[in-house]
Amino acid sequence: MAADQTRRIDAGGAIDRSTPVELVVDGTTLTGFAGDTVASALVANGRLRVGDSIYRGRPRGILSAGVEEPNAFVLVHGDHDESMLPATTLELVPGLDVRLLDGIGVLDQKPDPAEYDKMHVHADVAVVGAGPAGLAAARAAAATGARVVLLEQDFRLGGSLLASPAEVVEGVPAAQWVEQVRAELEAAPEVRVLIRTTAFGSYDNNHLIAVEKRAEHLDGTARDGIPRQRIWHVTAAQVVLATGAFERPIVFADNDVPGVMLASSVTTYVRRYAALPGREAVVVTTNDSGYAAAHALLEAGASVQVLDARDEGASPVVASAAQAAGLRVRTGCAVVGIDGDASVEGAWVARIDAEGALVGDAERVVCDLVAVSGGWTPNVSLHSQRQGALHWDDDLAGFVPTAAVRNQHLAGAVRGTYWTDGCRAEGDAAGVAAASAAGFSAASRSTVIGADAVAEERVARAGRTRQLWVVEGREGGYATHFVDLQRDNTAADVLRATGAGMRSVEHVKRYTSISTGVDQGRIGAVNTIGLLTRVLSGDDTRAIPPGQPGQDETASGPAAGAARPTPGAIGNTTFRAPFTPVAFAALAGRSRGDLFDAARTTSIHPWHEAHGALFEDVGQWKRPWYYPRPGEDIDAAVARECRAAREGVAFMDATTLGKIEIRGADAGEFLNRLYTNAFKKLAVGKARYGVMCKPDGMVFDDGVVLRLAEDRYFATTTTGGAARVLEWLEEWSQTEWPDLDVVCTSVTEQWSTIAVVGPRSREVIARMAPDLDVTREGFGFMEFRETVLASGIPARICRITFSGELAFEINVPTWYGLQVWEDVAEAGADFDITPYGTETMHVLRAEKAYPIVGQDTDGTVTPQDLGMSWIVSTTKDFVGNRSYSRSSHRAADRKQLVSVLPLDRSLRLPEGAQLVEPGALGDYTGEGLPSRPIPMLGHVTSSYHSQALGRSFGLALVKAGRDRIGQTLIASFEGRFAEVEVADAVLYDKEGARRDG
Amino acid sequence: MLIIDCPNCGPRPETEYGYGGQAHVAYPEDPHALTDEEWAQYLFYRDNPKGDYAERWVHSAGCRKWFNAVRDTRTYEISAVYRTGETRSETQKGA
Ligand SMILES: [Zn+2]
Repeated sequence: MAADQTRRIDAGGAIDRSTPVELVVDGTTLTGFAGDTVASALVANGRLRVGDSIYRGRPRGILSAGVEEPNAFVLVHGDHDESMLPATTLELVPGLDVRLLDGIGVLDQKPDPAEYDKMHVHADVAVVGAGPAGLAAARAAAATGARVVLLEQDFRLGGSLLASPAEVVEGVPAAQWVEQVRAELEAAPEVRVLIRTTAFGSYDNNHLIAVEKRAEHLDGTARDGIPRQRIWHVTAAQVVLATGAFERPIVFADNDVPGVMLASSVTTYVRRYAALPGREAVVVTTNDSGYAAAHALLEAGASVQVLDARDEGASPVVASAAQAAGLRVRTGCAVVGIDGDASVEGAWVARIDAEGALVGDAERVVCDLVAVSGGWTPNVSLHSQRQGALHWDDDLAGFVPTAAVRNQHLAGAVRGTYWTDGCRAEGDAAGVAAASAAGFSAASRSTVIGADAVAEERVARAGRTRQLWVVEGREGGYATHFVDLQRDNTAADVLRATGAGMRSVEHVKRYTSISTGVDQGRIGAVNTIGLLTRVLSGDDTRAIPPGQPGQDETASGPAAGAARPTPGAIGNTTFRAPFTPVAFAALAGRSRGDLFDAARTTSIHPWHEAHGALFEDVGQWKRPWYYPRPGEDIDAAVARECRAAREGVAFMDATTLGKIEIRGADAGEFLNRLYTNAFKKLAVGKARYGVMCKPDGMVFDDGVVLRLAEDRYFATTTTGGAARVLEWLEEWSQTEWPDLDVVCTSVTEQWSTIAVVGPRSREVIARMAPDLDVTREGFGFMEFRETVLASGIPARICRITFSGELAFEINVPTWYGLQVWEDVAEAGADFDITPYGTETMHVLRAEKAYPIVGQDTDGTVTPQDLGMSWIVSTTKDFVGNRSYSRSSHRAADRKQLVSVLPLDRSLRLPEGAQLVEPGALGDYTGEGLPSRPIPMLGHVTSSYHSQALGRSFGLALVKAGRDRIGQTLIASFEGRFAEVEVADAVLYDKEGARRDG
Repeated sequence: MLIIDCPNCGPRPETEYGYGGQAHVAYPEDPHALTDEEWAQYLFYRDNPKGDYAERWVHSAGCRKWFNAVRDTRTYEISAVYRTGETRSETQKGA
């Protein structure tokens, strides 16, 4: 079965050769082993070629072995296809059926049936990354008894050690050391090790967000009941970032041909996966690290030639190891071009000068693999997301953290520490320091190499990296010198950007789209910045605005004509979450469908459903919108409901109104200060409509307030404003007037409210409450009564109206709501009592110009603007009062609430339609944009068809609107114009004759 | 997510709180004694320091009490919390 794995090395690797796993790629079945990724299985089958590039359609190959991959993306077929998964991190599991993508995915339009969930954990120490540094940090912190969370994105622990299993760590082979540490961590009671878990965001207060792949690696039914992915919210007292580093490619001609791979990734394929990417290899490197790939290839039986771009060659230790192994090494050389289209067939090799230009002729070397190392870039994403400082280290040739963020620690390659024992020592020290800062001290510790010693050795251990940002080709131009393979951008694109005047790396990024792909610049960002140092002068770099991550703080760049600027003069682009792509479904977790938001329903809701109501969302409430009868559309239903309320009797579920009880000896004084009108002297048993304003004088909320007792009021608010109003009342009572004896309590959920509306409502109430005197004389407008209904249910009945008609509101404890509603329906049955919803409510109130706060107002509207000066007390002070004497509030052209009547009586204006003077349009026809701005007078806030008036109408806020009554204006909407007449806001029963029945 | 130390309830996640802007901006004793400009200062003008900022928070999903906190606007670190009515210097620790 494994016979087809032609490039599988006979021995070694962290794969399970006893467990072959089949993989379907574009319809062809391949075989790999458990422990493979899709990419390593492809490599083992001799397939480096993946999809084509995104714009230029050039053949592309596997470049890397990790999350930085810019080429090898697959779509995984399943119940829900998932696109753009890097083959380099996709674990090989039975049943995988993938399609290679050309750099772009398509979102599956089918619903994703998988479940996703969330976890919140608190830790003393969170460690990100489980290479030698992270493992040592977690172990050291765990030994103190601290609660530790270790997050590793790979499906195995070990990090860089996975590619060097035979290296000796603390006296044992690396693979064994990793197992020992893993066992220690798993045995510790307070330690949680999360693999397949990527920390993708780092936020204030050491809040890390990570995504864990929980089910994708499981086989068939083993996935049942396990959420596919989980978002972890980790809040840690201390964080250790041991996030490693990424290798950079080298920018040379045709460096995107399949078979050009990162050197460290070649090592990973050979040593971790026992997969041989090539049999005849050229390794081209600017630094010592590339030699590891050469050794790995040589040991695996490949022929290898090393091109070291440095004239002086490798550091002595590395050079002698190469010599001992019999590696062929040429110094001062580089690959200057590639032969081959869909795969590397040969490399053009030449000596290069200090500028990276060819010296003499290039020589063609036959090969099928070019392993490249252009240096290393510490993975500072999480550090930089917290605004952790960076600087360009010219010796390490990378942007490195200057100092850890407060309550964070850095260890290993993220600091430019590029040798295993240095990483381990630094991790150990960071783990101890983190635990100690979290209040856990280490017991006796034997050998701790000081972190200071590591720092001293860092540069020497890394060796010199030649900052070779671009290698000239055999022909002129840079059109195939790829900088960002995912975005298909080349050095020529960078030159085009600078030629267009771009200087800041942020501008170059956006001009070219470099670093905007899936790999977020991990492959191309630093090489781009390096290129900029080659083409920008010191003068250019001084013109770059400061503040980029890693940018030198002082006015940088040498004087004009002096040496080239360093990448530090330019700085990096901003690092943002997520570090790697995260599915929206994972972020949403369970908050999808019915669980997207809480739905609030009243106790009467089942009746509305049973009677065919359509619902409208008002905040979280589900409110009946209208109740269509068979064959009725919304207009017919609303007209019928309106007619019932105006001519007979109708009823509405008003339970969703916010309700607040205000108690205390000073409750009256308190309300006096917050409402524009007075409540202190309101008699017990009476109600009053009130408006509340912000200190700037703008309407904030409105509602009716009942005085239940000397020290007890009951205020209603708008449905959407209930929580805001309670907070507003509490804020003033706590922060400004703590001396007032007042307590506020939400009672919205405690009461059901049924509005009974219309000329015959009195008769219905009389049947409902036989003990109550409901006569015009016995039960006045704006009064309420506590009574017991015929059913024996206690009720509070108010005579208030939101339609202008005679109306009552029955308030009963919530649990009686449904029964009382049904009793009302029965009591009104022979009057054909009609349920109505929010649409009819809106029409009825608009005909009376009762404003809806938040619809007819928008935070810039005063009571006076609404024509409600009568509600603004002149005899007491209140919040907002002072603002009414500000000049802006007395301006003659303030927008005022009026009604607008389209001359076309059937035209219903869209809410939001703009109103302008008839002459203001000029030659503007509504096509495109007008040649110059047209002054706006205001806009339509509400618009309906009035059954009572037999025509359409709207409410509008119009500059000096009340002075314009009788004028004709133009409403502009959707490229159309319509004439409207401005009229008094109140269109129906202006004298108020109907409210008493 | 910030962990905010409510003076009444102790450390709780930021999502339980509401924000109330700059602290110690008292409602004027007599607004009508102020000029339009002075009133506008109260209505619209707030400090915007780079560094420590005393501001109001309310524990909406907890004790529902307003309190004050000193937050560094650069780092979001909260160095002190104290009850409404207390002055900053009495209780502020560190920073
Ligand atoms: Zn609290």
